[in-house]
Amino acid sequence: MQLIAEDLVIDRGSRRIIDGLSFAVKAGEALVLTGANGIGKTTLLRTLAGFIRPFRGVIRLDGGDDELTLGEQSHVVGHTNAVKSSLSVAENAGFWNTYLDSGEDSPSRIAASLRHFGLEDLSDFPAAYLSAGQKRRLGLARLLVARRPVWLLDEPTASLDTASSERLVAAVNDHTSSGGLAVIATHLPLGLERARTLDLAAQRMAA
Amino acid sequence: MQTLTQRLANPARFMELSARLLPWISGAAGILLVSGLYLAFFASPADYQQGETVRIMYIHVPCAWLSMMVYGLIALSSFGLLVFRHPLADVSAKAAAPLGAAFTFLALLTGSLWGKPMWGTYWVWDARLTSVLILFFLYLGLMALRSALEDESAAAKLTAILALVGVTILPIIKFSVDWWNTLHQPSTDFTSTVDPSMRLPLLVMAVAFTLLFFAMHLKAMRNEILRRRVKALRTQAVAGRDRLAAQAANHGAAE
Amino acid sequence: MKSFWALLSRDVRLAVREGGAIGTALGFFLVVVSLMPLGLGPDLNLLSRIAAGVLWIALLLAALLSLNRIFEADHEDGTLDVLATGPLPLELVTAAKSLAHWITTGIPLAIMAPVLGILLNLDLAAYPILVATTLAGTPAVSFLGAIGAALTMKTRRGGLLLALIVLPLYVPTLIFGISAVSAGAGPTGLAASFLILAAISLVAIVLGPLAAAAALKVQLQ
Repeated sequence: MQLIAEDLVIDRGSRRIIDGLSFAVKAGEALVLTGANGIGKTTLLRTLAGFIRPFRGVIRLDGGDDELTLGEQSHVVGHTNAVKSSLSVAENAGFWNTYLDSGEDSPSRIAASLRHFGLEDLSDFPAAYLSAGQKRRLGLARLLVARRPVWLLDEPTASLDTASSERLVAAVNDHTSSGGLAVIATHLPLGLERARTLDLAAQRMAA
Repeated sequence: MQTLTQRLANPARFMELSARLLPWISGAAGILLVSGLYLAFFASPADYQQGETVRIMYIHVPCAWLSMMVYGLIALSSFGLLVFRHPLADVSAKAAAPLGAAFTFLALLTGSLWGKPMWGTYWVWDARLTSVLILFFLYLGLMALRSALEDESAAAKLTAILALVGVTILPIIKFSVDWWNTLHQPSTDFTSTVDPSMRLPLLVMAVAFTLLFFAMHLKAMRNEILRRRVKALRTQAVAGRDRLAAQAANHGAAE
Repeated sequence: MKSFWALLSRDVRLAVREGGAIGTALGFFLVVVSLMPLGLGPDLNLLSRIAAGVLWIALLLAALLSLNRIFEADHEDGTLDVLATGPLPLELVTAAKSLAHWITTGIPLAIMAPVLGILLNLDLAAYPILVATTLAGTPAVSFLGAIGAALTMKTRRGGLLLALIVLPLYVPTLIFGISAVSAGAGPTGLAASFLILAAISLVAIVLGPLAAAAALKVQLQ
């Protein structure tokens, strides 16, 4: 499986954000997007997820499910957590499990994903009581409640402490080692295995 | 080979063509308007029942006709934008909305002025007046939605969706208002036939108003295209400054 | 289908737990209806004659209050992005959310309407008809309202704009809702009004989710 972008041109309003970008991410690999704020990392990720239609260029997932769009095969984690305050931690994870996955052995999967992000003791509490970092972890637990081959993560370590960032890195490493792929926008060096870096600022200079 | 619509789709091409057409359409509208007004006010008879007030009809009916035609045009442009991504479709829809609202308002105003001598009051809840009033609300909604959205390309598409929803619901609204009206006042039917001596001035006025609308529409579209060009140039200028500043900073750092 | 039910039951659960929206709408309904006799005088004959109209208009205004939250909350916390990448087409996402709005707002308001009818001296015979027509008519309120909610999701002063956009679309529902309850229509007139009201709701159930999904696609860019 391989995520391919060819000669991508993306406009926002009358501004050209991305001009002639090409890259490929193979299964088992993570691509780290770097570059200053406003360089277009979020725009690029939202284009990959299918929210923004590129002005020109091709995005495709070779070896994916042809019946589904790339977005429907991706986990999308943006700046917000998609967590509902009045639902409990377990209900939040349970909803995304049913909504996204509709798959087998759900309870154990939910429990495992909460455990991975250190939320198992909080599962009965309403999410309203969680701290910013805990909410972020609950948002990230969505990555594990349903299996999807492509992860598109936008600043996933925002409001996470070092220990929690390591949990995330471990999750991404597990994902890539089991044949998934990921595109991650971040400011910080994460220490991912099998990762390549794409510097959008350098790309822009070259273009 | 480009088709005609493709060639017209090019804004530069449109500017060239509209510049050539505009004087002719405006001129024809002016001549027809003057002769229509002469026919309406001097060369046609007063009504045996309504007297001189029937002459309001020559303004009212063309405005009422345009209120509907312009909404149709907006719906058509909206369809062109959403389905064919026609670059001029949104310019057309955006330019037409205030004009349509203005003609709808004139239709309501003249209808109300006509109502005073006919019904003895400025406003009655006549089925047709009520439908036009709701149409006026739909125009207001379109304009308000567009002005509330900052991102112009999103505003264009969202307004187009609303226009298409409006055009779908409009027949249902018309039907229900008619039903409502017959329920409450069953005998206010003024669809009496128009005397042939009044038909010609009415027709001339209708054509004159339609041409007047198209002249204003073309002019408004040209203005909108120019406004967008200015905006694009300004955006470029800002981006250019940014780049210059970045280069200067790099230069400074290198030294 | 499982995703549809999951989303529907989540929205209903959220509305019940957060409670505020339903309570506010019902309270608003009560206050508006109570203001009418204060404005028009306590003449019971007059009130019973205009009761159906007052109830329907107050119901529409009360429902309008809660419309803007249909998509706004999910947009703010990023849920909408994830819903859009789920297995459910966006048209069914908007349908599920509109249906949840009807269950949590339309049905409570429809149940509340006859209770408020007492305040307006509504004719006893009109009670079952009032319940039936409000239940048949309120789906149009939720599903057409969802269009307005999706269009105004990102705007400031969205609530006022939403009212301006949506209220004209409610004209048919209002007219047939009232004409069914109004006395004197006779059994055939009543049946006709009721069937047309249901037909309008069906049109809204088809049109609303389509248009709202189209609007959300633009908003997610």
